[in-house]
Amino acid sequence: MSTKSNAELKFELSCPAPFAAKDTILLGHGSGGKLSAELIRDIFLPAFQNPVLARLDDQAIVNVNGQRLAITTDSFVVKPLFFSGGDIGSLAVHGTVNDLAMGGATPLFLTAAFIIEEGFSMDDLRRVVNSLRQAAADAGVQVVTGDTKVVEKGKGDGLFINTTGIGLVPEGVELSADRARPGDKVLLSGSIGDHGIAILAQREGLEFESKIQSDSAALHTLVAAMLGVICDIRCMRDPTRGGVSSTLNEIAERSRVGIELEESSLPIHEEVRGACELLGLDPLYVANEGKLIAIVAPEAADAVLEAMRRHPLGAEAQIIGTVKQENLGLVTMRTPLGTTRIVDMLAGDQLPRIC
Amino acid sequence: MKYLDEYRDHRIAHALADEIAACTTRPWVLMEICGGQTHTIMRYGLDELLPRSVELVHGPGCPVCVTPLETVDKAIALALRPDVILVSYGDMLRVPGSASDLLRAKAQGADVRIAYSPTEAVKIARANPDHKVVFLAIGFETTAPANAMAAWQARREGLTNFSMLVSHVLVPPAIRALMASQINRVQGFIAPGHVCTVMGCREYEGLVRDFRIPIVVGGFEPVDILEAILMLIRQLEAGEARLENQYVRSVSYEGNLPAQQIMAEVFEVADQKWRGIGAIPRSGLRLREEYADYDANLVFDLGELTVNEPAECLSAQVLQGLKKPTDCPAFGMRCTPENPLGAPMVSSEGACAAYYHYRRHSVAS
Repeated sequence: MSTKSNAELKFELSCPAPFAAKDTILLGHGSGGKLSAELIRDIFLPAFQNPVLARLDDQAIVNVNGQRLAITTDSFVVKPLFFSGGDIGSLAVHGTVNDLAMGGATPLFLTAAFIIEEGFSMDDLRRVVNSLRQAAADAGVQVVTGDTKVVEKGKGDGLFINTTGIGLVPEGVELSADRARPGDKVLLSGSIGDHGIAILAQREGLEFESKIQSDSAALHTLVAAMLGVICDIRCMRDPTRGGVSSTLNEIAERSRVGIELEESSLPIHEEVRGACELLGLDPLYVANEGKLIAIVAPEAADAVLEAMRRHPLGAEAQIIGTVKQENLGLVTMRTPLGTTRIVDMLAGDQLPRIC
Repeated sequence: MKYLDEYRDHRIAHALADEIAACTTRPWVLMEICGGQTHTIMRYGLDELLPRSVELVHGPGCPVCVTPLETVDKAIALALRPDVILVSYGDMLRVPGSASDLLRAKAQGADVRIAYSPTEAVKIARANPDHKVVFLAIGFETTAPANAMAAWQARREGLTNFSMLVSHVLVPPAIRALMASQINRVQGFIAPGHVCTVMGCREYEGLVRDFRIPIVVGGFEPVDILEAILMLIRQLEAGEARLENQYVRSVSYEGNLPAQQIMAEVFEVADQKWRGIGAIPRSGLRLREEYADYDANLVFDLGELTVNEPAECLSAQVLQGLKKPTDCPAFGMRCTPENPLGAPMVSSEGACAAYYHYRRHSVAS
């Protein structure tokens, strides 16, 4: 091969023009990352503007005759419908119960709406409904109303479920993503990434053998145990879509604080770590369905952590970071080497890397 | 986790960094070729551990970033055909073409699927005889054997609905082009460990000899990269130029011979355009004539497409290690991973994206 001189080698600047094609919905708009946030900011918030919605927490809290009602709604479109550690039925209960619980509410009632594709197996529907019933009974909530729609074959993806939940917020509890203060501790209830990796392992085209189970669980009793120690917890969130990173970025932005994580303190199961290494994914962006993040005043952090660890769903709880005055609106992480990096919010879905 | 934790160990990393500082007496400019290594450097802040006189510049080794705009445009055009299923590695989906990207094509109804293994695409072709399945076969020497295997398998099975849109790049010709450039600043290279796992070390001997430059084949974990830097600095300080292998747990001198064999059977060396850099002679791979029936360019008669790209960003200088991503006025402002102006902001392994994701804070402050 000949050695080329600089004159022969034409360095062409090749930069594509930016195209702000914002005229179509992309899958990334549902990923819980930056695109989802844009959609809410540009389309939904201006349309429904009101102070309750403007809080942008996982649940709305409204005053009715002196009682504080928590209301939330969530749609479930998970694929596959049945996965290791759960199914769309139990998930539809856990997701909505957890959104209520993150506001400190005691969950009371659920609605359940089923959008079913023509040709869907009746046996599978029975299985899902039975699982939903069982999960609701275990969580101590009643399904009090519902809806059924059937769409033409090819116009739905088997089964979608929407659940709406109502609960009551006890007096003195005031949880919101804008209440984090410098010095506060960031608590995580257990290992991250289990749900997302369990789903991925069973997804078509990607099957790999794994013992990883979804962490899908109702967290309201864990929340109650934590609020039993101190009712002034600043904020709680369940890091579902978009993972721990998206949740913490939201809190950092809403509270106008920085959040610094300690990488070595993140609880991650070996199997999940291995799968993420192999697939080129970062567990901080992988979904969870049975974990919570709490921001707690420094003086209460140890007591809350202890209460979490006494609860079966918080046995692996850790303090993973601290709220800071620096790097406002950003989440940073101390690496095991003692250096610091940003933990960014993803634009859309996390895409597997080529190598 | 074995083979990971020890290579991310705090004490070993700091001991290596101390050793680098102790033996550095002059300024040196080193380049890591591979985007995976750039990613590790940024993620772990390895440059912060080095003495100021050791400068790391980032090479053109992100296969997603350097895939030509024309290839992306062709892939999008193919994906939008109702009879086509386009299969791709995941991180190609967000790469902007001239007017769209594969994610947007998908939103318009294109059947675009992500695969981890190219043989998955062959499986999809087998299962969908009514569709034409096109695999977007991109990458360096690392992915070439698996991509070759997909074409080989399809041909052996006599599949008539499978083809590949190939855009393969090779590392040694890129190093040669960088070194031959009169504005080159690089004094030592960390060669990409995974490319060398396939290809071995032999082809780097000529580069060391022709340009009298030290090359160390390096791994991808923090300790690997720091050790490779130390090996380079030791050579440079002693006035030596040798080929060394830091990544011995994966790379042998001969490389993976069966992998090289399947590559040679399916592909041949050809001129190749690199996005952000330009054309480099004999720096890519194309399907051999025996595999013409599996070449999407011929199957779909795509012809030669030339796309004019506006000269907006500093990507050419960044990919040659002449400029840091943060030297660009558009960095983090008009150019972000959501709206990339140039190739290195596109993939998570691109140098600009790595700076943006991991290091914005130190730039801002």
